[in-house]
Amino acid sequence: MDFSNFLLMGQEIGLIVVFLLLFSYDIIGSEQSKNRWFHLIACIEFAILTIWGFVSPLPAGEAFGGMFVTSDLTVLMKNILNIATLIVFLQAYSWLNKENPVRRSEFFTITLVTLLGMYLMISAGNFMMLYIGMETASLPMACLAAFNKHKEKSAEAGVKYVLISALSSGIMLFGLSFLYGALGSFYFSDLTLNVVGEPLTILGFVFFLGGLGFKLSLVPFHLWTADVYEGAPTNVTAYLSVVSKGAAAFALIFVLYKVFGGIEVVWQHILWWLSVITITLGNLFAIRQTDIKRFFAFSSISQAGYILLGIIAGNAQGMEATVYFIFVYLFSNLAAFAVISAVEHASKGNTSIAAFNGLYNNNPKLALLMTFAVFSLGGIPPFAGFFSKFLIFMAAGSVGQYLLVFIALLNTVISLFYYLLIVKAMFIKKGESDAVAHFSSDIYNRISMLICLLGIFATGILWGVFSEQYF
Amino acid sequence: MIKVEYYLIISTLMFFIGIFGFITRKNMIAILISLELVLNAVEINFAAFNRYLYPHQLEGMFFTLFGIAITAAESAVALAIIINAYRSIGNININNMNKMKN
Repeated sequence: MDFSNFLLMGQEIGLIVVFLLLFSYDIIGSEQSKNRWFHLIACIEFAILTIWGFVSPLPAGEAFGGMFVTSDLTVLMKNILNIATLIVFLQAYSWLNKENPVRRSEFFTITLVTLLGMYLMISAGNFMMLYIGMETASLPMACLAAFNKHKEKSAEAGVKYVLISALSSGIMLFGLSFLYGALGSFYFSDLTLNVVGEPLTILGFVFFLGGLGFKLSLVPFHLWTADVYEGAPTNVTAYLSVVSKGAAAFALIFVLYKVFGGIEVVWQHILWWLSVITITLGNLFAIRQTDIKRFFAFSSISQAGYILLGIIAGNAQGMEATVYFIFVYLFSNLAAFAVISAVEHASKGNTSIAAFNGLYNNNPKLALLMTFAVFSLGGIPPFAGFFSKFLIFMAAGSVGQYLLVFIALLNTVISLFYYLLIVKAMFIKKGESDAVAHFSSDIYNRISMLICLLGIFATGILWGVFSEQYF
Repeated sequence: MIKVEYYLIISTLMFFIGIFGFITRKNMIAILISLELVLNAVEINFAAFNRYLYPHQLEGMFFTLFGIAITAAESAVALAIIINAYRSIGNININNMNKMKN
């Protein structure tokens, strides 16, 4: 065996090293030292990994006979996931250290394992690798959803997530078995030459897309999303809504472009309908939510519809727009979750939208950050969300999908309405006596808010500078 | 020799019986058993396609082996989570998983 193959897996090995370091510190460290240093060390180690991914020139190529593929684009995608995970780690400080310090390290190690699974999904050059990566990502994720052991809602979220994800991977595998029957290989490079519009191939593709649609929470497969997002701990919800969804979208891009490029007409037609109903239903259901985490669950469903809009274009422009959209979505959504977790912690676990009433009076900075975040999610010009939506619409328009772009634009208006409901709660509604009093969040959460704020403002302008490097 | 169609009929039946069970069963353990039916149907498919259509290679068989291992891990995690739910809710009837219904 040629061990030089492992040189291509730089980021995976780095992640495993971080995992092992944290794991051994958890075993050998004393309680006092862990209480004091564990969170700091975890964040620093992961930050080093993130920065290393950006600065070190990682080689591109294929390893293990085409099983594992890495390129500049996969490195960029993994870096995006790294940033999001780092922000989630920073936000988790209050929750982990005040509520369950004993199980603090479990959160980090389990999250790192799911991240490894997502790396494998993105770098897969073979459907078996994709499947293993997906299971490595989704099984520990179910444990994370059930992390708050003593809360009924959390247990319920865990049950729903694990059953639905097992069912979705079963459906996906059923599709894969038909693809294997029709084409006789699992390697993307072999399949891409042979995929023509045979009925068995299309049947396999539809089942496969159904399975992946569960992970992305597209609309016919979205029913688990709201319950799991509401029941899971807030920081896990942030992780689910950004990192997990982003990784599934990246994997979908690669599979569609590399393997099913030959039946582009078929999947463009399917994705057209999926994205229309995903955006519309996600928006309509978001309006009537009263729980903020449920609200952001439906908001993230409609954002997944916009991601599909970029994928439909089927060319390099669409790919760039999609990656950029996820990059911006990361900062906007995590900024919102930073505020949600801070408010939830200050109000002793209240996650209803009513907890935000009068937030501007007592905590003006948090209210402003939340406003920026929802404006960016809705796509209002000075913020990065506008640029990302613009690129997505341009990519879809470049292949003549004008009707789709028009429907998406109408939906943007609806989404502005419900995003403004939160702004209204924070600025106009006067909180009763139960309004959240003035509080200062911990230093880690502040850093995460700062990163998100920088991201919301800077990524819109800086993307043009860096995009030539990758596409 | 048995034709490949018979294997496919069996596996398709198993798959849809599994889906039906997943939707209609009320006990979470029974739902888990239905999931196993779904995944085993898929593995029969892989093995049959490999044996009949591509006898010169082993990819399908290997996928089956990996699938079995991952399925085992999946049921272990699912059982642990179901036990956790049992501890906090008191039974494993799926109808009681409705704390977030509004």
